[in-house]
Amino acid sequence: MEVPILKQGHYLIASIQSALTDADLSQLREALIERVGRFRARGVIVDVTALDVMDSFAVRTLRDIAHMARLRGAETVIVGIQPEVAFAMVQLGLTLKGVSTALDLEEGLAFLNQQERLGDRRAPGRMDRG
Amino acid sequence: MADEVLVPITCDLDVVTARQKGREVAAGAGFSSGDQTVIAAAISEIARNIIMYAKRGEIALSVVTNGDRQGVVVVARDQGPGIRDVERALQDGHSTSGGLGLGLPGARRLMDDFDVASAVGKGTVVIMSKWRRLHA
Repeated sequence: MEVPILKQGHYLIASIQSALTDADLSQLREALIERVGRFRARGVIVDVTALDVMDSFAVRTLRDIAHMARLRGAETVIVGIQPEVAFAMVQLGLTLKGVSTALDLEEGLAFLNQQERLGDRRAPGRMDRG
Repeated sequence: MADEVLVPITCDLDVVTARQKGREVAAGAGFSSGDQTVIAAAISEIARNIIMYAKRGEIALSVVTNGDRQGVVVVARDQGPGIRDVERALQDGHSTSGGLGLGLPGARRLMDDFDVASAVGKGTVVIMSKWRRLHA
């Protein structure tokens, strides 16, 4: 089952609709990384609200997406991890360390907007540097 | 155990089916949605191990009552290459497949009872269960 990827301004939003197989997750990773380049995206949101389980493969794939997207210049935020899913992840020893998370889509967008503002201020080679 | 649910594991879609069946069985036995997710996550890890190491196998799910406790028992069987060093395979971060090495130790942490029997060249059986108190 393919995950729809929507473009919203500079951001890509992958909205997972149902349980995913390992192959679906890998396909999502390839599609997102390709689209970061094609759409010159600055941010990626992966909405996992509908994911039934986050096991080691799912967590590794999401972490890979975040790290690969960052190497391509886009910040990733994972949103919608459900309470019971978070509980099982912690029991499994899965933490998503180094990956940004937010409660839901709204918070995820707010996070990316904030990152972008911070980035603009720090970005090198801008007009005001002469 | 008359009401055993048997899920053949031959491809990654079966991993999803197995964990969804596990969730259904746990829900039917009155487990909380938190415990259902924990059981589903453990099944997901074990089912993936079957695909990765043995290519095919099966997962049997059943509900048992033991005194004032009710449990979901998950039995995963394969006729794969077996595990040479079970103790080592149960250690965190140990992986012979390039994975996270969380499959067996992760599932063990998620469940209440966990046991592995393996013979090299013959296959592996994992039995794990999660319990809840009745009338609690």
